[in-house]
Amino acid sequence: MTAPAFLTAAEKAIPQMPPVLAFGLRLAPAAPAEHLLTHMARSILAKHSGLLARLGPYRHCRFALSASDVPMSFCLDLGKDPLVITVHTNPPEADARITGKLAALIGLVHGVWDGDALFFSRDLTVEGDTSAALALRNAIDDAELDLGAEIAALTGPFSNPAARIISLAESLTGVPFTRSGAIR
Amino acid sequence: MMELVCPAGTPASLRAAVDAGAHSVYCGFADDTNARNFPGLNFSRAELAAGVAYAKARGSKVLVAINTFPEAGNEALWHRAVADAETAGAHAVILADLGLIAYAAEKHPGLRRHLSVQAAAANPDIINFYAETFDVKRVVLPRVLSVQEIAAINREIDTETEVFVFGGLCVMAEGRCSLSSFITGRSPNMNGVCSPASHVTYTEEGQELAAKLGGYTIHRASKGTPAPYPTLCKGCFKVGSRTGYVFEDPASLDASELLPALAKAGVTALKIEGRQRSRAYVAQVVRNFRAAVEALEEGRPVPAGMLAQLTEGQSATAGAYNKIWR
Amino acid sequence: MELTIGPIQGFWDAGHWSDFYARLAETPGVTKVVLGELVCSKRLPFYQTRMPEAIERLQTGGKHVAVTSLALVTLKRERKMTAELAGTGLEVEVNDLTALAHIPEHAPFSVGPLVNVYNEGTLSYLKQRGARSFCLPPELPLASVSRLAAKAGTTPVEVWGWGRLPLAISGRCYHARYHDRAKDQCQFVCANDPDGFAVDTLDDQTFLAINGVQTLSDPCANMSHDLTALEAAGVASLRLSPQHTGFFNIIALFHDLVCGRIDADELSARALPLAPGAAFCNGFLGGPNGISWSGRT
Repeated sequence: MTAPAFLTAAEKAIPQMPPVLAFGLRLAPAAPAEHLLTHMARSILAKHSGLLARLGPYRHCRFALSASDVPMSFCLDLGKDPLVITVHTNPPEADARITGKLAALIGLVHGVWDGDALFFSRDLTVEGDTSAALALRNAIDDAELDLGAEIAALTGPFSNPAARIISLAESLTGVPFTRSGAIR
Repeated sequence: MMELVCPAGTPASLRAAVDAGAHSVYCGFADDTNARNFPGLNFSRAELAAGVAYAKARGSKVLVAINTFPEAGNEALWHRAVADAETAGAHAVILADLGLIAYAAEKHPGLRRHLSVQAAAANPDIINFYAETFDVKRVVLPRVLSVQEIAAINREIDTETEVFVFGGLCVMAEGRCSLSSFITGRSPNMNGVCSPASHVTYTEEGQELAAKLGGYTIHRASKGTPAPYPTLCKGCFKVGSRTGYVFEDPASLDASELLPALAKAGVTALKIEGRQRSRAYVAQVVRNFRAAVEALEEGRPVPAGMLAQLTEGQSATAGAYNKIWR
Repeated sequence: MELTIGPIQGFWDAGHWSDFYARLAETPGVTKVVLGELVCSKRLPFYQTRMPEAIERLQTGGKHVAVTSLALVTLKRERKMTAELAGTGLEVEVNDLTALAHIPEHAPFSVGPLVNVYNEGTLSYLKQRGARSFCLPPELPLASVSRLAAKAGTTPVEVWGWGRLPLAISGRCYHARYHDRAKDQCQFVCANDPDGFAVDTLDDQTFLAINGVQTLSDPCANMSHDLTALEAAGVASLRLSPQHTGFFNIIALFHDLVCGRIDADELSARALPLAPGAAFCNGFLGGPNGISWSGRT
């Protein structure tokens, strides 16, 4: 029988959101951000019709995504039709809340790092309905989303330079702003 | 070349596995009929058909796992799954239940049948019984056998054998375990889940974090250190005067170093566990194992430490393949 | 409702083993006895030569006797053991389908609780293959028991009634692991715990018990409160799993229960001091989980 010696997970290379960026995020006015995110999420859902089906019984849940390194939470409310995303300083009420470094949350959407491993190592923590959170994670992984590309697309004629700026930010910060085919 | 049988919990993972070099991909329907019945996972009928088309176009095969034990009074759900797998063009179905195997052999004789690990067929006599009675073509061996025993089995059977080489590790004979339903009411055999997330809670108690399953404490860790997922058989418990991992450490299986020995033992196919893992994880594991079996085929050494990155932070074991494990 | 005595799950001293079956042969209320080695093939040589006498005594005492197969057959000697069972002329209780491979088509056998009979299809297949009775897996809910009993028709169906539940079987020996020994050098240390060795959680919750390669429930299953429901479902017998001490009191209590001389509350109150694990469970049949208990605590 083996004595209890809890494994310390190797330091995962989940970058801290750079202070300048974090500061900027904090100062960013909530209303336009909410508007932008809601618009983006609705356009994603329109393109990925399978996402809601994959959520199954959790398709009307309220999900909170809370950053642990920046005082910032997002609420994805699928109970509203069409859905609404709101931005908060304090974690909002939700059916399930996923908390982790902002970079980990963004990376989760993009399929970098294995979500399963992040949950198991508690780099991501879940409160509330764990099954709903799992369903969301699996549905998002299947949808192969790319927030960087979505944001760039929203900039219309400026989508090419926007994509370049996002890509630059990604290489400077290590935060996975775009979809990746490999886990880190 | 040994066949790589790779997991897909979602269509995106199926495509990722195929693109990464999977010879076969296994998946299941989004209901109680398969042993990874997790929220947000698995395939609709249309998704399966599209997945089969994608795989076939790239020379890969799709295997459909229908490997839970049908519920009394509700067998039609499992029967429909077998019929729909055949309609979708699946290469084979992976079955565990004796009655369902008999049904498939009778009603779908043209559909290739594999015996799931959940059937725990652990010796040549029972494997030959399945082969002779139901024309089972391949058996996925339970994770209780050593490499020498696998070689001995292969000498006495004509059926193909498939063994797990990477991912989650069951300590118990698969399909013969009710620990999960004893504590949570939901089991691999009946519901396709073990230690389900719906019953998991993490509670901060003083300076410690307790990971509980159905209210039973499976781990305790000081706050800030990672707490493993509370899988029942990998928990830390008290027995007599001792405290520790009574059944198994929270380790995962990595038999990559045993690939040459498994090839020599006559194994046909290597299986990677992890239908609940992300598509990026699947792609990376498959890519590495594909490189390994190609190296093996060409007589080159298997690249060492190729999966270190994926097991990082979690200890890995070759499990029962090394006899000393027992 | 009839009473069947299942095979001894733990490793008992051979003398105690013989005395147990000698007394069982004379015990009223018991219809059927299943004996032999279920858990570990290494234990069998210790009492194998005593089996013919025990069987003869039981048969003389009017008991229907069956011999069990191992729960998990992997090694060569285990395959040989399993093949030989079919040649004994006794009814074989199949607890690993490997035994079925050695039983001639349509020759009679019985199906034990460790065979996965979850549905009508499996039950029908085994019945057509020659199964004369079924002891269903302890994990099954009452609704499934009901349906299977209906499907079985005149073939008797049995349900686990008393004793630590067989929850899992493994290639690894947990007793050897606990004592830091290799399985091949176990020195039969499981004999120290003839009813299993309790595994508690870090918060001292009653949980599981280890018995060599087998994992048992720590609380003792007690289906006395389910008697009426099981009778209504068409269940023909209850299986009582032997324990090292106090077992004949348990048989007497269940005999009184099925004859209507005592009720489930009385049985439970009087049986609790004798129960391995000192707690009861019956949740697989109708509770939220297997470990739950619907009776008074």
